[in-house]
Amino acid sequence: MINRFGYTLKQSFRQINRNRAMALASTFAITAMMLILGLFFLLIINVNMTAESVKADYNTIEIWLQDKTAEPQIQTMMGTIKGWKDVTSVKFRSKEEALNILKQRWGDSGYLLDGLKKNPLPSSIIITVDNIEKSGPVATKAQNLKGIEGVKYYKDTVDKLIRITNGMQLAAIIIMIFLIVVSIVVVANTIKLTVFARSEEITIMKYVGATNWFIRGPFLVEGIMLGIISSLISVGLIGLIYSRIQAAIGTELVTILSAPLVPTSFMVWNLFWIFLALGISIGSWGSIVSMRKFLDT
Amino acid sequence: MIKFTHVTKSYKSNIGLDDVSIAINKGDFVFLVGPSGAGKSTFIKLILKEIDAETGSIQVNQKEVTKLTNRQVSAHRRNIGIVFQDFRLLPNKTVYDNVAFAMEITHQTKRSIRRQVPQVLSLMGISSKTDKYPDELSAGEQQRVAIARAIINKPTVLIADEPTGNLDPDTAWEIMRLLDMINQRGTTILMVTHAKDIVDRMNKRVVAIDKGKIIRDDYGAYGFSEVCIKSPEEKAIFNEAVGDRVKND
Repeated sequence: MINRFGYTLKQSFRQINRNRAMALASTFAITAMMLILGLFFLLIINVNMTAESVKADYNTIEIWLQDKTAEPQIQTMMGTIKGWKDVTSVKFRSKEEALNILKQRWGDSGYLLDGLKKNPLPSSIIITVDNIEKSGPVATKAQNLKGIEGVKYYKDTVDKLIRITNGMQLAAIIIMIFLIVVSIVVVANTIKLTVFARSEEITIMKYVGATNWFIRGPFLVEGIMLGIISSLISVGLIGLIYSRIQAAIGTELVTILSAPLVPTSFMVWNLFWIFLALGISIGSWGSIVSMRKFLDT
Repeated sequence: MIKFTHVTKSYKSNIGLDDVSIAINKGDFVFLVGPSGAGKSTFIKLILKEIDAETGSIQVNQKEVTKLTNRQVSAHRRNIGIVFQDFRLLPNKTVYDNVAFAMEITHQTKRSIRRQVPQVLSLMGISSKTDKYPDELSAGEQQRVAIARAIINKPTVLIADEPTGNLDPDTAWEIMRLLDMINQRGTTILMVTHAKDIVDRMNKRVVAIDKGKIIRDDYGAYGFSEVCIKSPEEKAIFNEAVGDRVKND
């Protein structure tokens, strides 16, 4: 058994060595494919992360109260809301708190608000729902409450965002599938060339009584090795590119979207396993597909 | 040993074999003759299970070839040595490696490979060529290497598909002498040939196929012909090779 494995391994190294140019070409091709694949992967993961954090941040509904609404009435209102389905928490925000939040948001220009004679902001009830998808019905119900000035929620905006991110993900996945298929075709063709070069040998092997797996083994290992090498190179490159991206625009992205980029180490480690599996399957598939015809008889 | 029972195989445009029944016994030396396209190759391909018969049964060593699975086919072929007209040696392997390769396929140990390959090469009279590559050898030497490769795994049947087709008459007789020797050691030999003079002078069993049917199956010569043996030297080689056997038969 060990003898057999040794033979297979030796043969596959010999084959790669004999067809160095082709092996190199297909390694480049798969690496390029994986590189693009990886960049799409980065994009998907980060878009997804952002979408999730936006969803988490905006699952609130604000009910603006009329100034004349009295304290006890507010209390009963809050009690009623608490009883509704899908509501996780209900909080009161006074006029003063609202002004403070606005001041904070304006930052350096916050002092401008100090000149106000009368606080123009209404007090409000902040409702948190467990899922942004549920905010629609809750908001509709809230609109029917008495003593309120208006209801504000973010569903439409977030819906738009989610539609966009979903679209991006779908497009990326389609492109990724195409790339994987292309990689398999590339490997299959490379190996087909090696097989062609050795078709005479294969015919003779078959006449002498070699089993299909004995013949296939070296080619399979060759494909797998090309896959592994390509995946290692592309993961390395992606790690490099990603850390550069983070260094260059990471901080700004954080402030714009209030969502951090996925850390490089986490990303690279995951990509490593995914690409390794992908490389091995592309390589083995490619070689099995390309050999099928030769092993028929 | 090899037994065809009502075997039929047809191709899209023509017939390969048409209801053929024949038995070849252990130790037989059989010439398979007939015009091109008569069904000789079909006959051989069926034995090797390179193609499948439509009807009928084919037995080799008491095993039903038509029912072999893909896995069993490789084991089946290890019992059959094969030699081709064009030698089919691997150009990038030495003589030694060309022969050793057939043993590697059957997962034999390095030690037994190192022991058996030189033995067979010496039997074929090409010990001095061990480290040469095929293109450094004459046609006759290449065919000897091919025969060495075919018999290294000790097959019970040796199929020779026009083994002398690319050789001059002298060399052809040398190869015939080797095949005869292998046959005397107990290996069944099935040789496809167009060489009438060889068939005539070997005086073995002759199976003639035409249009997919066996039209003749008996021992002896086709009808003596002097055409291919011209010089006294050739005659001497021939007599040395097969003279005794002819008397025995």
